[in-house]
Amino acid sequence: MSVEQQVKQVAADVFNVPAASITPQSSPESIQTWDSVQHLNLVLALESALGVQIDPEEIERMGTIGAVIALMEQKISRQ
Amino acid sequence: MADSTPDIQTLRQSIEQSIAAGDARRAAAQLRTLWRQSRTPALAGFVVSRFERLREQLPLTRSKLFVLRSFTVEPVIPLLRASAFVGGIDLDVKAGDFNQYPQEMLDPNSALYAFEPNVVILAALTSEVSPALWNEFADLDAAGVNGAVAQAEATFRNLIERFHARSKAHLVIHTLQLPPAPANGILDAQHEPSQAGAIARINAGIAEIARAHRNVYVLDYNTLIARRGEANWRDERKFLTAGLPVAANELIHLADEWLRFLHPLTGRVCKALAVDLDNTLWGGVIGEDGMDGIKLGATYPGAAYRALQRVMLDLYRRGIILAVCSKNNPPEALEAIEKHPGMLLRPEHFAALRINWRDKAANLREIANELNIGIDSIAFIDDNPVEREWVAGQLLDVTVIDLPTDPMKYAAALRESPVFERLELTDEDRARGRMYAEQRMRSDLQEAAGSLEDFYRSLAMKVDIEPVNAKTLARAAQLTQKTNQFNLTTRRYTEQQLEALSSPQWRKYVIRVADRFGDNGIVGMALTRTENDVCEIDTLLLSCRVIGRTIETAFLAALASDARRAGADVLLGRFVPTKKNAPAKDYFKSHGFAMIEEKDGVSTWELPLERAPAPPPWIELRVASSQENA
Repeated sequence: MSVEQQVKQVAADVFNVPAASITPQSSPESIQTWDSVQHLNLVLALESALGVQIDPEEIERMGTIGAVIALMEQKISRQ
Repeated sequence: MADSTPDIQTLRQSIEQSIAAGDARRAAAQLRTLWRQSRTPALAGFVVSRFERLREQLPLTRSKLFVLRSFTVEPVIPLLRASAFVGGIDLDVKAGDFNQYPQEMLDPNSALYAFEPNVVILAALTSEVSPALWNEFADLDAAGVNGAVAQAEATFRNLIERFHARSKAHLVIHTLQLPPAPANGILDAQHEPSQAGAIARINAGIAEIARAHRNVYVLDYNTLIARRGEANWRDERKFLTAGLPVAANELIHLADEWLRFLHPLTGRVCKALAVDLDNTLWGGVIGEDGMDGIKLGATYPGAAYRALQRVMLDLYRRGIILAVCSKNNPPEALEAIEKHPGMLLRPEHFAALRINWRDKAANLREIANELNIGIDSIAFIDDNPVEREWVAGQLLDVTVIDLPTDPMKYAAALRESPVFERLELTDEDRARGRMYAEQRMRSDLQEAAGSLEDFYRSLAMKVDIEPVNAKTLARAAQLTQKTNQFNLTTRRYTEQQLEALSSPQWRKYVIRVADRFGDNGIVGMALTRTENDVCEIDTLLLSCRVIGRTIETAFLAALASDARRAGADVLLGRFVPTKKNAPAKDYFKSHGFAMIEEKDGVSTWELPLERAPAPPPWIELRVASSQENA
């Protein structure tokens, strides 16, 4: 599975929406269940699924799924 | 963990298929397998949402939990709900407002009471309950410390009493965390009052208040943290950025601890524990290694198994009924239980015994009948993941407790199961294990009618059969020396003797078996001798780890096709009975051989090669047929 697919699957699981509905443009505005609580759950789920550690500054930058994918790809390539 | 990813994806797909096909019980069993494999924040949402779709079709116990808290608990909730679903509890969880627990407990119109919870957890940080004791301790004199302790105790007493007067819900209170690094350093332990001592006094006060009220219980938070390790438990970064003091990897253990209360509070507990013998209650295989060979005793490596027995003995004394469910020959297994000097458990501790070669799910059903308890009251432990998987798939209501691969961790795994927890213990409970054992009766048996084929398929077995070569010769010889149970003729060969059988009539095979739980390596060997049109099976043996999974059929099919290539028309086999090889007794008969002779107990069997069995379709069989001399 690509990083993009993994991020989409994790997001779909955390926000409890169909994976097909998640696009790089998806954001708290377009996904109703994406609130601050679920944002923290998304961070923890990504950490456990991808084996990365996400820093507080990075958490704030995760404003869209596209940004999350880019961040994860960057972190994994640095590993 | 990386190599388990495809498995998880495959399981996810199978779960979606089962849900789409309307097979709720199968989907639930698969979800249970998935969750046991990977209890992570990444999968919690998936497990919870899929169980939510199935909830109407499953026998779940519903319960409502309200969490009063002074820190972020939200990430625990999906983990808690997933584990609860897997344990048969459909948990509706609501968290109170951040650090608002006093108001919520005091205000009759609060969200707490409006939710009408069955269970309430009060989880507060010491730093929030008593900032003075946590942050300013070094600045307090004795009167200041005592005053802070009295104040904290009074607050808890008031809150608990007001809550108790207003709600029938069960209340579970976290004790306060002791300081990992006291304000006065090493002086703390020699100083009165000490910081640790002051907080311990508040905790003693909480316990006393709990004892004085029905439905109020204490969760010993310090023992939980000690078990996991404070340095491991704490995540300062997440605490400072998200108010979450517990490290992401540890959240599941907080959920587990809550479940230890939720299981008895919702009645989702087990009355009986059924246990496997070989490599579970002792190390090794009694039928192979004998009384002197099995590992069990006060020192390594037998101590690991003894530690597990110690936990079981504790459970027995707490009223849990013990039973044996083992694939073994009864006389040897019973002799070990009765006489092995390392055993802590003896026949008088077991209320039911199923020691035979039948399917374990059927045996567990019988144990439930014999003890006259529901199948959902039984928990099962077995070192073999294949047996666990089979039982879990067949008997959704049985609690299957996973054992880690390291026997040194068996005892902890059993101790951590929530299904034996009780919130009170009576003299009757203490005597129950003994009463059942005394009433032990035997009843006749019924075979399970589950779909074996589906199970075999789910194992994804890969079998490689290849000629013995220089690399595998030693292992092949060793197997002839050691294998007693599934062994048709029990002829022993040394390496040199095997090597010497080098004429073209002789063919030597080893068999390797892998399944989705891992690679078992070389688990069997066979030796044939072809003369004219007759191929005789001199030796055929399999480790008892893999028997009963149709691998023996695949082995025969491969031997038969190789014999045909060598010009034979007929397969000839002998069964030479020993004290230990009953598991192989029906091998020829069940594969279509006809008995042509029986003399002094030794039977001779024959099968025309055109009637040889086909390899089972669920096994991926690879046969390397070119025989070279080892």
